[in-house]
Formats: sequence, structure tokens, C-alpha cells
Amino acid sequence: MTARVDRWPGVELGPKDIEGRVVTSVRYRPAAKFAWSAGEAMSRFLAELQRGRLIARQCNTCRRILFPPRMFCEECYRPTDAWVYVRDTGTIETYSVSYLDTDARRITEPIFVGVVSIDGASPRMGIMHYFGEVTKEEIRIGMPVQAKWRPAEDRVGSVLDIEYFRPVREGGR
Amino acid sequence: MTIFRRRLQETGKELSFEAARMALDQAGMEIGDINAVVHGTAPDAFDGVHMKGEYLLDGSGGARKPYMRVYTGGGTGVFSAIAGYWHVASGLADVALVVNEEKMSSCQPHPQSVFAHIWDPILDRPLKPNLVWIFAMEMNRYMTVNKIPYEDIARVAVKNKRNAAGHPCAQLADPDITLDDVMNSELMAWPVRRLDISPPSDGAAAVVLASEDIVRKRKLRDQAAWIKGVGWCIDSTMWTDRDLVFPEYVARAAKMAYRQAKIGNPRREIDFAEPYDPFDYKELHHLEGLGLAERGKAGLMTREGVTERDGDLPVCPSGGLLGVGNPIAATLGIKIGELYWQLTGQAGKRQIPNEVRTGVCQAWGDLMQYGSVVVMGT
Repeated sequence: MTARVDRWPGVELGPKDIEGRVVTSVRYRPAAKFAWSAGEAMSRFLAELQRGRLIARQCNTCRRILFPPRMFCEECYRPTDAWVYVRDTGTIETYSVSYLDTDARRITEPIFVGVVSIDGASPRMGIMHYFGEVTKEEIRIGMPVQAKWRPAEDRVGSVLDIEYFRPVREGGR
Repeated sequence: MTIFRRRLQETGKELSFEAARMALDQAGMEIGDINAVVHGTAPDAFDGVHMKGEYLLDGSGGARKPYMRVYTGGGTGVFSAIAGYWHVASGLADVALVVNEEKMSSCQPHPQSVFAHIWDPILDRPLKPNLVWIFAMEMNRYMTVNKIPYEDIARVAVKNKRNAAGHPCAQLADPDITLDDVMNSELMAWPVRRLDISPPSDGAAAVVLASEDIVRKRKLRDQAAWIKGVGWCIDSTMWTDRDLVFPEYVARAAKMAYRQAKIGNPRREIDFAEPYDPFDYKELHHLEGLGLAERGKAGLMTREGVTERDGDLPVCPSGGLLGVGNPIAATLGIKIGELYWQLTGQAGKRQIPNEVRTGVCQAWGDLMQYGSVVVMGT
């Protein structure tokens, strides 16, 4: 059909046509607000973060230490069995050096972000977080890192109680 | 299918109507010939209308018919056709109309701001993630573990934007683009540069699916291509627990589709492919998931020209999302659509020079976890 069709519908607009009200448009701004109950697994996880610790759940069937913790094992499809503390050190599995903020606005000071697998949890189990005290020349996949905690009095029970993960230097973990 | 552009004047309903009307016209059918309608469209937040399926149904020809909206993230582009296939293959419908629409431009100032709502509210959102981050993280792991040079990834963007030059609906076709253009484009989130990314787009596409009986009775055989196999699979939402280096969910979806299509050796039996390419590395990643390249070797295939339109395995002859545009669900038109046009010899300037009898297309979505695969043949 692409060879035979002579009209492909659609009227293209320019960047200013809506903003500048060149074409007829209507506007709306939603005011949706949410409060999530954190549930069983995440409530404990967040409480432990506030105490400066990371916690996982163990599944006795597949023997995995699941991090972030959950009350059921999605592989065995049964309840998990026990809480297990894991370390606040880990390995960079992947990362990006971002010149975009959350709204896709350009920023000049880049954000270092990636996935850290956590020591003590099953292989590759980790979380997304920021990296700090590292340059874009130094950072690499496989780099050992450790959590930089906020001072105890500033922690609120959030993943942001860890400010970022930083390279483990001088003697390691 | 409509043209794909950053902003279109028509509403989502109007775009859906235009695309569906074209599909009906080509099949020589009227809405009364359609027994069921499947609509595919991505997050409600782009349009700012919840229950978007209902909002769009009049445009899709769904009124007073069995109608459903399907949504599997970016996977919708191929998945809605799978849902349409169920209707016909089950015998519940003789003819199903599948209509996909996306209008991302309504969201101000940029659709990126509503992508924030797809993330886990406890684990991810406090970090204020940008959607490009997940691609950057996946691309970095894929290229680092497999030791793929960035330029082999950037070659995909060059190929697809050039291929799109023959597509009448293309948003970002560029017959003259060079590897340097891509490799020197603005750094967004290392390793991702601006020209590694497909653009947000508005657009719609539609396809008519009919039973063999209808095709025979209405003498549509000369313009029909056949769905030979379908597969879909989703991996765990705990994406920070998965190794992003290989798309296991695509491999499983492909295996399901190949089994139905009786394809034992995809690399030998499939003549061309339309894998999902919202980012250039994704084409390579997906070729490996589809079993069309060995793990870590899709970049090399690209460098050697195997995936060019006149190569041994043409990949994204449409121009892909990178060249034609990325109106999420409406990419139906460049995945299922391109398979149809190539297999029936109607692709015009984009026609693959070698004879093609079997093609595979695939879409991908949600949090790097969803694969939908369709095998089509003559």
C-alpha cells in the first residue's frame, strides 16, 4: 500500500502552535495527590534504612536472599521465610552519567546513577541509586562501593537516607 | 497509518479514525464487516484522559461491538495485533480490526514528566528518575559486558534513519546522516546521545485481521500476509535484580512464536526482521533475544552490513522507530505494518531487493521487561 497510497493523513503542528495558541486548544492541570501505605516488606525496609541498615528476605525453597525484600518469592511463588540483614557495600552493576534531570531538562553538573548489587544478597540483587565522590573517568561496572549514609538525625525512612554510594578505597571493605 | 510527527493537530480519536478508515479501504471493507475491535494505546497520562480505551473507541470503530483496549507498555505496538489474532484464531470473530493510537504531544511541556509515574513509588521515585536513565543503564551493561564498541551501536541509528527516507510517514528520515553525526550528537545520559534515541511522536496505525475463510471468499489472497506465530512474555518488575545484558523475556516470547510458526532455525528461516528500536542498542539487544544474532554479536553483524536493506538479514527496513518515529502503540504501523507491506511487495522505495517470505517483528516495553513477537509469512 505504501507504494499506492497518495494521501497519508495528519496535519503537522510547529512547536509554538499550541503554546502560542495559534491552533484552537484547551488546557487542564490535574491535581492528583497520593499517599501509599508502604505495606509489610517495604515498611520494615524503610524503618531499617532509618536505622542505617539494609535488610532482605530469605526464601527457604530457592535459598535466595531477596533484596529489595518482599513477603513472597516470585519464583517459588510462596511466602518468604525470614528477615536477613545484608551489608551496605556492593558492586556497580551498571551506571549512567546523566545530563538530563527528571523532566528531561538539560543540566550541566551530571547525575551519576546506576544499579548497585548488595553484598550479602543473592547475586545481582540490588537497587537503583546515586553515586558520589567519583569522577566519570573513574566510575566503572564492577567497582566496589559503600553507602554514604545521611546523619542519623536527618534520616526519615526513605531510600534517600543513603545519600549515594561511593567507591570503597584504601583497604576496601 | 497516519504520518508520525512530534505534534499533530488531530485528536487521538480523529487519528484513530483516519488510520482505521485507511485499513478498511484497503481491505475493501466497511465497519459493518468487522466483528470485533482491539485498540492499543499507551499510558493514559499522555492524553490526560483516564479510561483512554473508552475515550478513543468511537474513533476506532468500536461502538456497539465487542471491543477491548490492550496495553503492555511499548510492547503494545505488536501485542495489540496478538490480541486481535486471538479473536480470529479462536473463531469468535471472522474479521477483527486492530487500531493503535498515541498522542504524546498533549502532555506539557514534555511527555517525559509523566513517565515519572511509571516508577516504583517507594524504591525508585524518590531518586527522581528520568526514563532515559534506564536505557542508559541497560545500554552500558550490554555494551560493556559484551565489549561492543559504541560506533557499532551508532551504526543502527544511521541505518534506520537512512532506511526511513523511503517511508512516507517518517518523522526523522535522513538519507545523508553519517556515523559522525550520531556519535557527536548531544550527550543526554552517557552512553546515550540524542541521535541514539527515537523521538516522542503523535500518530496512529491500523490493521485488519481476517480468517482464511474470509480471505478466500472475498478474494483478498493476493494482498494478504499471514500471521504464522505469536508469542509474548514479561519478566519480573524487580528490574534491579535482573541482569540487563540479555532480554530473556524476548527470547521466551520468540521461542513461543517460533514453535507455533514451526521455525527451528530462525537465522536461516527468517528473511527479515522488525525488532523494536526505540534506542539504537535495543535493535541489537532484541536481535540477540530473537535468536537472529549470537549473544554479543549483533553489533558486528551491523558493522558488516548484514542488517542493511540489501544485506543477508535486513533489519528495520521501515526505518524503525529511530527513523519513522515513536508514537508508542502506533508503532504497529512500522512493525506489523512493515511486515505486511514487505511480504506483499507493497513497500515501494523500501522494498527489500531479495524475495522475502518470512518476517518477524517484536515490540518491547514496561520496565525493560516485556516482549511481544509476531512471525508473518506469505
